[in-house]
Amino acid sequence: MLGEGSGTGGGPQNLHVGVGPAHPAMHGIIRIVTELDGETIVKADVEIGYLHRAFEKDCEQGGWNNAIPYTDRLNYVSPLINNFGYASAVEKLLDIDVTERCKYIRVIMSEISRICDHLTCVGASSMELGAFTVFLYMIKAREFLWELVEDVTGARLTISYGRVGGVKADLPDGFAEKTLHAFKQTREVLDEVHRLLTGNRIFMDRMIGVGVLSREETIGYAITGPLLRAAGVPFDVRRAQPYYVYDRLEFEIPTQKDGDNYARYLVRMAEMEQSMRIVEQALASIPSGPINVDFEGRPIDPAAYVDRGKQGKTEGLLLVPITLSPNLQGQQRAEFSRVNVADKRVVLPPKETAYGSIEGLMNHFMLIMEGFGIRPPAGEAYFPVEGANGELGFYVVSDGSDRPYRVRCRPPCLPPLAALHRMIVGEMVADLIPTFGSVNMIGGELDR
Amino acid sequence: MAILDELRRRFGGAIVETDDHRGDLTAVVARDALLGVLAHCRDDAALAFDVLMDLTAVDYQKFPGREDGPRFEVVYHLYSIARNHRLRLKVRVDEDDAKVPTAVTIWPIANWLEREVWDMFGVRFEGHPDPRRLLMYEEFVGHPLRKDYPINRRQPLIGPAT
Repeated sequence: MLGEGSGTGGGPQNLHVGVGPAHPAMHGIIRIVTELDGETIVKADVEIGYLHRAFEKDCEQGGWNNAIPYTDRLNYVSPLINNFGYASAVEKLLDIDVTERCKYIRVIMSEISRICDHLTCVGASSMELGAFTVFLYMIKAREFLWELVEDVTGARLTISYGRVGGVKADLPDGFAEKTLHAFKQTREVLDEVHRLLTGNRIFMDRMIGVGVLSREETIGYAITGPLLRAAGVPFDVRRAQPYYVYDRLEFEIPTQKDGDNYARYLVRMAEMEQSMRIVEQALASIPSGPINVDFEGRPIDPAAYVDRGKQGKTEGLLLVPITLSPNLQGQQRAEFSRVNVADKRVVLPPKETAYGSIEGLMNHFMLIMEGFGIRPPAGEAYFPVEGANGELGFYVVSDGSDRPYRVRCRPPCLPPLAALHRMIVGEMVADLIPTFGSVNMIGGELDR
Repeated sequence: MAILDELRRRFGGAIVETDDHRGDLTAVVARDALLGVLAHCRDDAALAFDVLMDLTAVDYQKFPGREDGPRFEVVYHLYSIARNHRLRLKVRVDEDDAKVPTAVTIWPIANWLEREVWDMFGVRFEGHPDPRRLLMYEEFVGHPLRKDYPINRRQPLIGPAT
């Protein structure tokens, strides 16, 4: 597209170039209207909203748990973190505390998602600089991790695994060994990528000193996550205001001081290693939790459970044996009660109970039928978690009914996009691509 | 609670209401005093709220018991990196006077967040340097997150004139 006065006789004129909304290096759809003087960007206007799907409006239409699948589609590269962030906000509103094992599972799955997100970001942005091998290697590593995600959640991308009050199902058998094996392979990939990129002359020339945003501006634009840490501020919600069990796990917060694209690359590479450390510690210390809970809330072991039944003390004990479909792996009563809070107002009964007893069936109906779901007391709560791109916050408002009155997602990608023009103005038009890659825009989360 | 006490002491009647439901410190501020309170929150050494984490609004038109009160609440979530504390500030505005002073001069991120609130709720930010919609397109009619905007409303497709 040529600007006004282009052609002959007008003297030197700036050229207007629209980049996007459909451009192979735009990760999603976004439009950047640039004004170029030669090859230098002198002005840029970022237009977003092409992927707006009314997430916040949709959440107000159904029950509290119905919003979980929508949250998958916010940051679809690390959907588990969104699930847990939303569920935790509602739990804060309900004032309930999830079980220990559930907290560990949430930490483990969040960190695996974070690695997937960073792998995708670094892989895709290196591909755009011509390092196609790196992209293939990193996507291979992401595949190892996605297999873990698939094992646990039954899906790869739109996982809908979080629940208010817990998670959908317990971890499958052999998960720890599989994870450690996947991490071994991932570390090999990361080593290879380090050798290919970190000291690579072409890569460094394209990344160092490009896309710089000062520390003050980064804070003024409310940018969090790897971009803020690359500018020298060691802020991480996991450390600053620990949630789940992050305060019991050892990890470092990698920082750099230059605030350029290379610093962001180094921060992301270091964070993946830290995430693997967190998962390894969490797997080593995850508690098994109560095997079974009696109707007064005291844990009893399976033998005692059987004994009571033999003695005819069946009151309150649900003895109907149900063979569950393999699709419900990890959701058998014992596993289910380990990872979900024992609160009938919030958590669906396990399937054996729902299908095997009238109380369970009623409980299930009360939570599923319209007008009977979870009813947090009127009030509001904001719960921040550390998403892969920074602070992911959910602000939920309840009017005491079974539907959210308002759900607000604080998207970690929006602030970097608001500041994108500050990173690209004054640089070459070709530098737009690595800078845009380094902010790791995720359209679903940005536009909601 | 020290933060809320400090705000009440300094701004008196401009702090309409405070609470700490579920541990989230919240203060409702009178609109006239808003910019003063926000600037104080950022600049005061003990508060040092250097990050405007989030800015959004809630439409209380259909909230049981609040149908007749001010329709909108504009909500500011502040965070201090140095002090590691959070604060929620709210301003109530009526539908026929849905205007709030802009905070762009205090935090540059307010530019986009205020555009989004204008886009979704139709609350105007006076003095905003670039008051366009953020997510919807310019030809869009209405403000979709208002409670009286039906979720299934269709708008005409916008394309090049034929």
